[in-house]
Formats: sequence, C-alpha cells, structure tokens
Amino acid sequence: MSDDDQTYSAAAEVGMVRQRRSRLQRIRIGLKSAPPTAWFGMIVILCYLFVAAFANFIAPYGEADTSFPAYLEWGAQGHVFGTDQIGRDIFSRLVYGARNTIGIALVTTLLSFLIGGSFGLMAAINRSWLDQILSRLVDVLMAIPGLIFALMLLSIFGSSTIGLIIIIALLDSTRVFRLTRAVSLNVVVMDYVEAAKLRGEGLAWIMRREILPNIMPPLVAEFGLRFCFVFLTIAALSFLGVGIQPPTADWGSMVRDNASLIQFVRPWMAADSFGANWARLIEDLKLASPPLLAAGAIALLTIAVNFVVDWFLHKTSGLKE
Amino acid sequence: MTDERNRGAKGDILLDMRDVVIDGYSDERWHEIIKGVSLTLNRGEVLGLIGESGAGKSTLGLAAMGFARPGCRLTSGSITFDGMELRSTRESDKRKLWGTRIAYVAQSAAAAFNPAHKLIDQTIEATMRLGTVSKAEAQADAIELYRAMQLPDADTIGFRYPHQVSGGQLQRAMTAMAMTARPDLIIFDEPTTALDVTTQVEVLAAMRDAVERFNTAAIYITHDLAVVAQMANRIMVLRYGEEMEQAETRKMLSAPEHPYTKSLWSVRSIQKKAETSDDYILEIKDLDAAYGKGKNVLHDVSIAVPRGKTVAIVGESGSGKSTTARVVTGLLPQNRGEVLFNGEALPPELKNRKKDQLQKIQMIYQMADTAMNPRQTVADIIGRPLEFYLGLKGKAKEDRIVSLLEMIELDESFYDRLPNELSGGQKQRICIARALAAEPELIICDEVTSALDQIVQEGILKLLMRLQKELGVTYIFITHDIATVQAISDEIVVMYQGAVVEQGLKTEIMSPPHPEYTQLLLSSVPEMDPDWLTNLLDGRAKAG
Repeated sequence: MSDDDQTYSAAAEVGMVRQRRSRLQRIRIGLKSAPPTAWFGMIVILCYLFVAAFANFIAPYGEADTSFPAYLEWGAQGHVFGTDQIGRDIFSRLVYGARNTIGIALVTTLLSFLIGGSFGLMAAINRSWLDQILSRLVDVLMAIPGLIFALMLLSIFGSSTIGLIIIIALLDSTRVFRLTRAVSLNVVVMDYVEAAKLRGEGLAWIMRREILPNIMPPLVAEFGLRFCFVFLTIAALSFLGVGIQPPTADWGSMVRDNASLIQFVRPWMAADSFGANWARLIEDLKLASPPLLAAGAIALLTIAVNFVVDWFLHKTSGLKE
Repeated sequence: MTDERNRGAKGDILLDMRDVVIDGYSDERWHEIIKGVSLTLNRGEVLGLIGESGAGKSTLGLAAMGFARPGCRLTSGSITFDGMELRSTRESDKRKLWGTRIAYVAQSAAAAFNPAHKLIDQTIEATMRLGTVSKAEAQADAIELYRAMQLPDADTIGFRYPHQVSGGQLQRAMTAMAMTARPDLIIFDEPTTALDVTTQVEVLAAMRDAVERFNTAAIYITHDLAVVAQMANRIMVLRYGEEMEQAETRKMLSAPEHPYTKSLWSVRSIQKKAETSDDYILEIKDLDAAYGKGKNVLHDVSIAVPRGKTVAIVGESGSGKSTTARVVTGLLPQNRGEVLFNGEALPPELKNRKKDQLQKIQMIYQMADTAMNPRQTVADIIGRPLEFYLGLKGKAKEDRIVSLLEMIELDESFYDRLPNELSGGQKQRICIARALAAEPELIICDEVTSALDQIVQEGILKLLMRLQKELGVTYIFITHDIATVQAISDEIVVMYQGAVVEQGLKTEIMSPPHPEYTQLLLSSVPEMDPDWLTNLLDGRAKAG
C-alpha cells in the first residue's frame, strides 16, 4: 500500500462502491441468470403476443366466417383444427381469440392499476380522512364476491366490451389499491419523502417521483398475476355468456359454445382393453378438440405468465434460496 | 453454578487465527474481504478490533467463531480454538460450541432479542440446551448475572419482555445472556454504538467487570477509539481487510506507528474559536409541543440562534432535540410559543409557509441512506432544489450542479451516480449539497455525523466549517456526541427531558461550574485514556 493512500480525500473514499452498469447490461445479467421455467414462460408469452399482433396475417379465415360446413374434422378441406358447430374455422378463431382475449385483459389490468395505484398512493400519503374513506370503501367492495358482483353489474349495464373492461377493472382495482397502499406506507416514512415535503413539493410530484419508482417491483409482479386473474375472469364470464359477445372470437366463449363436444371423449373405452383402443381415444380427442384447444390456450398462457412473475418476484424480493 | 470444565490458566493461548482469508460474494464474483489476517488471543485477554466500516471487523469477529455470514466463505488459513481447528469442524459440532463456549453480543440488542419471550427464558436458553442444570438453577444463575451486570431490580427484571426495558438494560441483559454458559470467549460487536453516552458508561463498566470476574477472553469490535481504550488489553487496527498495526493499548495510544493509525488518532483535533453575535437569525420562544393529543414533549423551550454561527443542541435521546427541529421546520406545529425567523414569525403549519421561507431553512438528516431517493441520480437530487426554488434549467442547472459537487469536494464523475454507488461519507456530502443548492440561510443538521466513521466524520465537519466561512450560513447542530460539539460549535444548548438546561457560549458551558445534568453528560464522554473509566467510576462512587 502506497503512502498517498493515507491522506484523506472525499472523492477517493470508495468503501464498497458498486460498479456502475448501464440498464442494458443489468437486463442482460438478469436474463442470464433466469431459470428455465422463466425462459419457457417468456418464450410462450412472446409467441402469444406475436400471434395476437399479427392475427390477420396468420389466420387463414375470418373469425366470423361461417361459410363452411359445420363440424369438419381435423385437416378436412384445409381447416387445420376443423370447424365448429356453425362452420367457423377453429384455428382462425383461436388466433383471433388471442388478440381479443389478451388485448381486453391487458387494457383491463392497466386500467385497474391506474385506478387502484393512484388512489393507493394518495391514501398512503394522506393517512387521515382520505385514507379512511378510500380504505373503507374498498373493504365494502371486497366483501362482495367478485364474480357475483360482476355478473350483477353486467346484467344491469349490459355486456358491451367497454362496460366489461370498466367493471372488471374497477372490481380488480380494490386489490391493487390495498397492495399499493401497503407498500407505499413503507416508503412514505422515509426521510427523502419528508425532505420533499419540506421543500414544498406538491402531492403529484411526491407520488410520481419520490414514491412510485420505489414501489415498482412489487407492482410489476402483481401486474403479471392480476393479468392472469383478469384473463380468467373474462374467460369465466364469457363461458357464462355475459362476457365478450359473439361473433367476436374469444377463448372463454369458444369453450362454452363447444362444451358439449367433451362428451365424445370416452377414456373408459380406451382403458377397457389396455392400449388396443388408443387410436380410438385420439380420434375422440380430436372430435372434442374445439373446447379443449381454447381451454389449453388459456391454461398455457396462465402458466407462462406465472412462471415469469415467480422469477421476477424472487429476484426483487432479494430471496437467495 | 459449578464449572467442571478444565479452564486452563490465564495466559494460555485460547484462539489462534493464522493467515485467515475470507471472500465475499458480490457483483457476480468473489472478492477478498479479509486478506490474510493473523491474531492470537490468550485466556482472559481482551483484544480491541478497530477500523472504519467495511474494514472487515465484524467478518473477522464472526470468523473467530468459525462462522461465515451468508455470501461469505472462509477461503484459507486456520482458526484454532482451544486446540480445535474450526475450519474443518462439522457444522453440528460448531453449533455445540456456540453459545456455550463462544458467545456473541450484537450491536443492536433490540433486534437480537425475540420480542415474544421473556428476557430470562432467552438468557438461560444456552445453558438449558447443555442440559446440565435444572431450570430453577439456571434462573438463579441468570439473576446472579443480572446483578453482576448492575441491572436494576435484578430479581424481577428477567421476567419482563424486551420492550419493557431500556436499550442500555437490554444490552446488558444480552451480555448476561452471553455469560450464562461461562464461555471462554465472547465477541462483542459494537455493543455500545447505539447507546447514549450516559448509558454507555454503565454498560461498559458492567461488561468490563463481568469479563474480568469470569476470566473470559473477548474480542471487542468498535470504531470508537476512546471506548476500546477502556476495554482492551491489546488493540488491532484493521483497514481494507488487512492488519495495519497491533500493540498493547497503552503503547498504541501513546505511540502509534502506522500513518493510518496516526490519522485515526488525530481525528479529534478540530478546534474552533467560539464566537457569538447579537444578530439573531432564529429565535424560538416559549415553545410547547406534543405529538398528537398526547403529553407535551417540549416544555417552554427558548433558544436564540446568532446569524452565521453554529449552535449545538446536545442531550441524550428523548431529550427533545429532534422535536425542536421538527417544530422549526414546520413538520410538527407547536401548541404554544412562536418561532421567529429573521424577526418574522413562521406559520406553525408547513403548508402555510411561503416558498422562500421553506427555501431559507434546509435540513440535513442523520441517515443519508434514507434521506436520498435510491432511484434518483446525484444530478436529480441536487438539481431539484435548483429547479424548484431558483428556476434553473438546462445548462445553467448542470453547471450549478457541477460547481456544487466541487464545493463538497467531489467531482463531475459523480453526476449520474445512484446513491447505492456512493460510500457513507459521500452520501452525506450529497445531502449537504442538496441543502446548499437551495441557498439557505439556516441549515439544521440532525446528527449528521453519528452514522459515520471517525475519519469520515472529520472530513464532513471540516467541510461544514469551511462552507460556513465561505457562505456565512448558520447551523443548528443536533447531536449527542460531545466531541463533535467541541469541534464545531459556537454556542451550546443542553436539553434534558424536553426542557433547556442551559444555553451559552461553548467556553462557558464546557467550563465548570455545571448544572448537575451537564456535569453527568460531559463526564460520560469517553476519553482516549485507558484509565478514564476506572477514574470516572471511582470518582462517582466517592461522590455517590
């Protein structure tokens, strides 16, 4: 160690200073350490997004094109997955369904975060009457089972796509409100927020510049989860007939419309004579494929999003094991 | 409690660490934290381990137990405890040693106790695990130890929960807990850093007594030289994971050899001539204040702050120092009394204050870590007041930020760094720059140096004094550290239980006669004299 190490200089006082990295480098390091499940999830999500974005180029027919015979088999007359009960191409409807279902779910989730997030932040900063009013209101909304409440509102206001988005977003924003409020409370007590108040900053600045950047990780993780739930809610509502209305293709209503086809699957027939009838089982499954394909699309996306969210949560929570 | 273990005679080698290398994992690779340190510790001996934060003191202390923190690994070297090589000992065997033969006393006793269990149950846990004594015997022994640690109501204090006793008492209870199994070695990791000076004296005395009485060897980790001088027989100075110097305490204090050690010793050398003036920038008159609708925590506080000078407010925690600052800044509206700034009464509520009133009074916080938004760069942090108060934009703002960085002895390379890319001292400097950016007349410094190492503290204090000379800004300096007060203040205000005990020029306050509380406070400040604690206790015993 040389002698000039002994003279004190503030700029040279390093301690354990972390190396500066650009955002791109940090992302690359993060991706490199991602587990296979997260990779699987990301690839699946990217595929879905690609399909949703380029639906009109990928789909061979229109989503509402009924000009084919009903119940065509796989591969018959160029229909990869056959046609449904009124002669629409299943594959095309699956592709368009990706756009409609994911698109609506995304808009709904964004809206619920906008509403729940901003009110949650306000409540956390205010901590007095506003917090009380908002929190109790949210308690009341959360006390009513979500699906039943949504069904009730939809039957009052009718199920247009806009109405659907607003109602689900509002109901979902209660959970976002709670989360935002809870994580912001930890940040609001920090000295830098107090310093901003002392400086005379307004509420909007404190919310946007001081608090929001520090609560992003849990919110982003929650966004992934909420997206899945919204998606499932929409599918469930469509299945019940009050969601996205025909002829718009979406996976939930595809399951409902063709649900009766499930009865063609006869696994007991295959089980009867140990393997001899596997071919028959596969034939059955092909017959029953319209609802199963749509349900599978929902399940795959849900699993993929959850894999990514799990990884992200794990990373941001600082858990090592 | 009888001890059947063969203790060995005083002076035998108990712990022998040879060329210990410890690696820590960060930034995706392993770094050497401890770079080949050797130390030997005899039975009954106390070794002081000092150095700045990040020097590797705690890591080395834990290594003496054969333990590496998560993210660290013992890479090479040997650690021999009483003839046993700890590096190759199985984890389960080491666990049997810990708590019974080697004990650890952590910095924050409040965090180390389980709030859900009574003190005594936690104290006797280690001995109960040994299974050699009954619960009643163990409890009787614990009470004996509480008495040895000079805890009040030794018979009953153990049956309280951790939150029902004070911080100093908790720290002593923790030492008692470490003592229950009569370990051969205790590691004290900054046990008094979180305590007030007046409490610190009691804890130090109790710990020193206990270590002597039970012939326990100890490693005492601290960054406070004066404290280690009271406790240790031998001192080792660490820096960047390397040993700088090691010597007997007296020799080390009187004749340090290494230049780094010398620079540590010279830290308390800042001196300032006390001056005052009749031109008051801030006058606090008959202030009463309370949190919520509770009892008043400030009683009739009146303080006058002369322009361009430094007024230090001293007192232990809970004395109302910070509360006074909160009233001045407008965070806590007072119940009675008024605050005059430049002769004009400040509105009690923050939201009623005008922008230029806010601008003229700035605040610097104790924990620079939490005072800066971790997601904003240095330029954002310093630039905001420039933009907000002075309306600077674009190039003018950039230039001003750079000149402010130079003013606090940093340079342009810090412009776009984030707070976690700065060291503790640099963070505090950025906070100072943020306060200066508003071009204030009064800066309230709330314990600004107490979270920093001594050598960094000195740098910050010098910087503050230089800025005062250059810019003529007034400081209110809130602290419990008398050394800091002596270094930089013009006037001193002593507070106790929410009231002002006395106010006056530094020279007046520091020289006798003192009111009783001031006397206690001043005499409790550790001095760099190994006999200080002994003399002080003798003196107090005679007087008491």
